[in-house]
Amino acid sequence: MPKGGEAKPTAALWKPALLLIAVYAGLIVLPHLLSFSQKEIAVFLLINVLLVVSYRVLTLTGEWSLGHAVIMGVGAYASALYAKALGVPVPLAMLLGAATAGLVAYVLSFPLFRMKGFYFLIGSFAAGEVIRLLWKRFRDPFGGPKGIKGIPGLSDIEIGTLKIAFWDPVNYYYVCLLVVTLSLVVLYRLERSRFGLTFHAVHWQDKLAESVGVDTRRTRTLAFVVASVFGGLAGALLAHYLGTINPNRFDVEEMVFVLIWVIVGGTSTFFGPIIGVVVLTIVNEMVLREMGVDQARPLIYGAILIASVLFLPQGLESLGPKIKRLFAGRPDRPDRPDRRQLAGEPSRD
Amino acid sequence: MIDLLLQTCINAIYAASFMALIAVGLVLIFGVMGIINFAHGELYMLGAYVVVFLYADNRLPFFLAVALGLIFVGLVGIAMERTLFRPMRDNPLGGLIVSIGFLLILQSAVVMGFGVRMEHIPPPTQVIFHPFGLEGVVLPLQRLYVIAAAVLLLGALGIFLRKSRLGWALRATAQDPEAAALQGISINQTARIAMCIGAGLAGVAGALTAPLVRTYPYMGHSVIVTAFIIIIVGGIGSLEGAVIAAVVYAFVHTFVTTFADGVIADIVGLLLMLAVLVVRPTGLRGTRDRA
Repeated sequence: MPKGGEAKPTAALWKPALLLIAVYAGLIVLPHLLSFSQKEIAVFLLINVLLVVSYRVLTLTGEWSLGHAVIMGVGAYASALYAKALGVPVPLAMLLGAATAGLVAYVLSFPLFRMKGFYFLIGSFAAGEVIRLLWKRFRDPFGGPKGIKGIPGLSDIEIGTLKIAFWDPVNYYYVCLLVVTLSLVVLYRLERSRFGLTFHAVHWQDKLAESVGVDTRRTRTLAFVVASVFGGLAGALLAHYLGTINPNRFDVEEMVFVLIWVIVGGTSTFFGPIIGVVVLTIVNEMVLREMGVDQARPLIYGAILIASVLFLPQGLESLGPKIKRLFAGRPDRPDRPDRRQLAGEPSRD
Repeated sequence: MIDLLLQTCINAIYAASFMALIAVGLVLIFGVMGIINFAHGELYMLGAYVVVFLYADNRLPFFLAVALGLIFVGLVGIAMERTLFRPMRDNPLGGLIVSIGFLLILQSAVVMGFGVRMEHIPPPTQVIFHPFGLEGVVLPLQRLYVIAAAVLLLGALGIFLRKSRLGWALRATAQDPEAAALQGISINQTARIAMCIGAGLAGVAGALTAPLVRTYPYMGHSVIVTAFIIIIVGGIGSLEGAVIAAVVYAFVHTFVTTFADGVIADIVGLLLMLAVLVVRPTGLRGTRDRA
């Protein structure tokens, strides 16, 4: 089978492969260079990487959801309940949690995909908020406003004398690294498959896509379900690390952060959202926290957001090519992006 | 029982007035600029803090403080239009992000100035009416101020939009910015006016209700969510729709809160909105799809 659209000569694959190896070598060494709290941040960062990359799958079809944080919560709650109340082994519970998130998304797709663009944005917010309020209202089984406590973590592994405990952020970091890497590979391949091409087609030319026999509604539903499965998996990873989750962990503020990471990073490439979440987390957690400007932190963060949208409307991902052009000595002007084409603007026809 | 019903109706009218002040401003801004102002709740919060600063801390007369709140927040609106929203016009996602950024800035500016704790505001008036002559049905004068302000200001806005040339220009821009520009209407000017009016209305709502609600830097959160529900149910871009939806939502929410509980009321409100969207995917009165 020919690899879809990737008929590059082997020489051209050298550089990215080396880069990837270097990045992963860095990621494997990284936790040993950090303080305890920074190790925890690194775990959350990996989980958030999966969250934003899964979010981007839906944006490929041109729809923006405000329910993704709650979908992540569905994965977390489901996985926690399977493990705690039903005694399902944790790894299996995580997978079932992810599947549950996908199922919930499938059910929600029926009312939600009657809407488009801005109405979908708000509709998805309302649907998510209803789910979140149900967690809050019903103490049994969701634990009410205080949420679920005492969620079992991954059980320790003993190989001979080597004992691996997963409450330790370093070990859990490696688990996340493995799970997130596998998920990213799947999502990356998906985008380059037939399905991924259909997602793009539905975004940019939905009428044309329909005319050649693409069922746009089904394609959108597929993207929504896939995004939700991996978003749910991110939630499950989070729940079994924290050991306790509550409805406020997945509220609109969390969703706003996801949006910010994705938009500041940019959505036109696979790596845009990853750049966004990594850069903003480092800025927020490490630089600003170290500077000790606690009260002013949101202020600086807000200013960064505004500046990045005003001056880099296509996201941080567009910075690389810009710098390259600068060094090549060509003027930047000619292909200055039309600001109406901000990557991933809700579809307007 | 009749007492409780009448009291709930009065509460609902108050809630509807308050929400209409906020939602109409939000709709106006969206209609003219195609931008959803996520920081609208913070403009409301800013109005409340003008009253905290002038009335509670510096002993100015209450209504002077409210009037200055209107002007101040209106001016903040103009500044927002010029610096943030003009480059983002008709770019809903970009507008969303810059307004979230501005929301964070406003919040932490107020936190730095006043602290995170709840402000205590001495009530400007203690007068309480019994509108139906029943002991059990009360309407505090402070709430009546809010209702009166909503009726007067929204009525004036309606007349302004229908009778004055500037109002026509505003409506024309909302219908079709490019066609309006071709008729010689300055889009920048109409956007500035819309933003000033919308922000001012939110500021007045915050200033008048400051003694009635919990005033703290994050008070905008609860308001913005409800405002979104209302503008969606009403159909974004429709001022009448927003007012109708505010009334419907306030009555449903207040009655369910009284007879069940607050969380159930929130759920019912959201389901109501989803139901409207499923049946009419562009809201009750929305016809255009600008987003």
